[in-house]
Amino acid sequence: MADFLQILVTAVAVGSLYALIALGYTMVYGILKFINFAHSDVFVLGAWTGFTASTLLISRFSISGPPPLWLGPLVLVTAMVVCGLVGFTIERLAYKPLRKAPRLNVLITAIGVSLLLQNVGQLQFPIAPDLALPFGASPKRMPELLPDAALLTMSFGDNQVVIGLVDVIIVVSAITLMLALEVLVYRTRLGAAMRAVSFNTDNAALMGIPVDRVISITFVTGAMLAAAAGFLYSMKYPGLNQPAHEVWVLLGLKAFVAAVVGGIGNVRGAVLGGFLIALIEFMGQFVWARTLDQWFSTSMAPTLRDVYVFAVLIIVLLVKPTGLLGTPIREKV
Amino acid sequence: MLSRRWALSIVVAGLGLVAGAGGCEKKSEAPKGPAPAAKTPDSGSKAGTEAPKAGGAAADKAPPSGTGPILIGHYGSLTGSEATFGKSTSEGIRLAIKEFNAAGGLNGRMVEVKEYDTKGDAKEAKLAVERLVKSDGVVAVLGEVASGLSLAGGPVCQEAGVPMISPSSTNPRVTKIGDMIFRVCFIDPFQGFVGAKFARENLKAAKAAMLYDQKAPYSVGLAQEFKKAFEKLGGQVVAEQTYNGGDQDFTAQLTSIRGGKPDVIYVPGYYTDIGNIALQTRKLNISAPLLGGDGWDSEELGKIAGDAIKGSFYSNHYAPDQADAAVKDFIKRYQAEFNGKTPDGLAALGYDAACLLFDAMKRSKSLGGRDLRDAIAATRDFKGVTGSITIDENRDAKKGAVIVEMAGSPLGPKFRAQINP
Repeated sequence: MADFLQILVTAVAVGSLYALIALGYTMVYGILKFINFAHSDVFVLGAWTGFTASTLLISRFSISGPPPLWLGPLVLVTAMVVCGLVGFTIERLAYKPLRKAPRLNVLITAIGVSLLLQNVGQLQFPIAPDLALPFGASPKRMPELLPDAALLTMSFGDNQVVIGLVDVIIVVSAITLMLALEVLVYRTRLGAAMRAVSFNTDNAALMGIPVDRVISITFVTGAMLAAAAGFLYSMKYPGLNQPAHEVWVLLGLKAFVAAVVGGIGNVRGAVLGGFLIALIEFMGQFVWARTLDQWFSTSMAPTLRDVYVFAVLIIVLLVKPTGLLGTPIREKV
Repeated sequence: MLSRRWALSIVVAGLGLVAGAGGCEKKSEAPKGPAPAAKTPDSGSKAGTEAPKAGGAAADKAPPSGTGPILIGHYGSLTGSEATFGKSTSEGIRLAIKEFNAAGGLNGRMVEVKEYDTKGDAKEAKLAVERLVKSDGVVAVLGEVASGLSLAGGPVCQEAGVPMISPSSTNPRVTKIGDMIFRVCFIDPFQGFVGAKFARENLKAAKAAMLYDQKAPYSVGLAQEFKKAFEKLGGQVVAEQTYNGGDQDFTAQLTSIRGGKPDVIYVPGYYTDIGNIALQTRKLNISAPLLGGDGWDSEELGKIAGDAIKGSFYSNHYAPDQADAAVKDFIKRYQAEFNGKTPDGLAALGYDAACLLFDAMKRSKSLGGRDLRDAIAATRDFKGVTGSITIDENRDAKKGAVIVEMAGSPLGPKFRAQINP
């Protein structure tokens, strides 16, 4: 029981991060109808900008001991602004010139941008001791910006369920950001413009909507959400892998699967998909570990965690190709 | 219509399960079977068949002679997740070369090193060795640290008839590639035994849990040897869990482990993963000490894991605070060369590998692959920083190991025990 709840806690925390990343995939797809493969690298950039900003601030203000409460939010905002700018630049330089080109060209450009970000991230220009820009090729430890406390410890027999402050903050900030996005998309004029552009770009332009500006804002919003997810992720898993590590790519892929499972192009679907994918990943691992591994005395549960995620993708694509909340698009011949 | 759709989904679900089962079968074999791990599909199987051929290839090649500099090769992970492994080894090698050249080199000929980055990737490692032996024409190759990468690069050296000395690959399969492949470190059966012995005798542990990286031959091999030795010494392994190198979340594995109430958790992984493992272990209120192997050895470990790693132990090739004149002297020279940095075990082994190679060069009839190989194989009681090295008939080094504890401030390895074969 304790183990089940402990894994549930992790799954919800990680799920809210998947959801944040999935939102970026789904928003861009909704408007431009292509998959922004560079999105997962913006997520990585968010985590590493968070590392750089917090290390720099801690050494600049010579903070020792537990960092002040304002530091965490400040670093979060810094990471979001930097990644927003990067998202804007990527869209202007790489995707805008291809607005009228076939979609395949844009897709391949996205892969190129992704590789570029991965490799630039490995360059090293030392700006302070133990700190390099962009980020370097070795793993680093994210400074602890929040007191690493167990907020709630419940005992079940011998074992305990530990809910950390970090888990709660991740879920709360992720849900806050998602609600803010919900308001932006469905309650504001800008959101209406976004939805109009996603419905039909040409008609939206005829209605006097500044299409290019709306697309830019969509990219920046997606990038900022990814940056927030990256920062929160580095709070939960402070051992940061180097920017080109395959693990980052896998994380991005899972968020992409979440977007597809929820119905790509659908904002609420992405959130649903994010939580669903994390639950399936962690619960699949848990159930497998407790049943089949014990029957056959093996230990293959962790090895299979990615299999559950991609099996779900295959099932959803076969049974409901538009995703759980997606609506079918009718193409006129 | 509906029923057909349901039928389809059931079939799909079934397929998914079968695919899952198939996948796991394949993977679970990697640790157990003698077959090579997924990353190096050709290394193990090739090894046996090509060993005899190599001698011929070496004899055909004209031994490099002349008066120009002697080129040796090094391949290591200078970037990538295990970057400190390659960097430390490289620094050790460069220090050895500098001292050797300052002392006059090989009868006046200077030694130079050509270095390629493997990025911690088996494919890159193979390419790097191919460039070293085919384009650059090095007389000998030093590297790699990770066993999986040595298994990828080794067959190239074997085929080309160029001797290779791995400073720190501990998996037994590495030197089984062929008669051109040597190492200057102990091997996993011994290291696993050292861990088990320390756990049983010094920590008085009765129950141990294991958590290892099922993708790394190094980690899998070490875990198996530990289990064998620990059970032989009367202990019990209560939980056995795996992960994939680079994983970030270990909640599922650690909750399983905590159910077995182990006295010690054996985690023979690489330092990059150990950081997250240690942090999450302590977060789940598991207080048993972690115990690892030389893959932990990096100045980054203390930085990444912080207080979570305090009081944990690992087996290593040497300890910087060992009361040994040769070690102290080496540290002094290394610090003078590299801005006061304390050398880790990998730097010491890189240094020893290079020095052993130079020693063999001096004794060798020529710098041809065969002659050099014979000279290296004849090494007896070579005094290295990491102990006295004797190359045995399996081309492995016979030497002792130390156990260090992560302690002190700043957090670093502190000598706790010396265990000899």
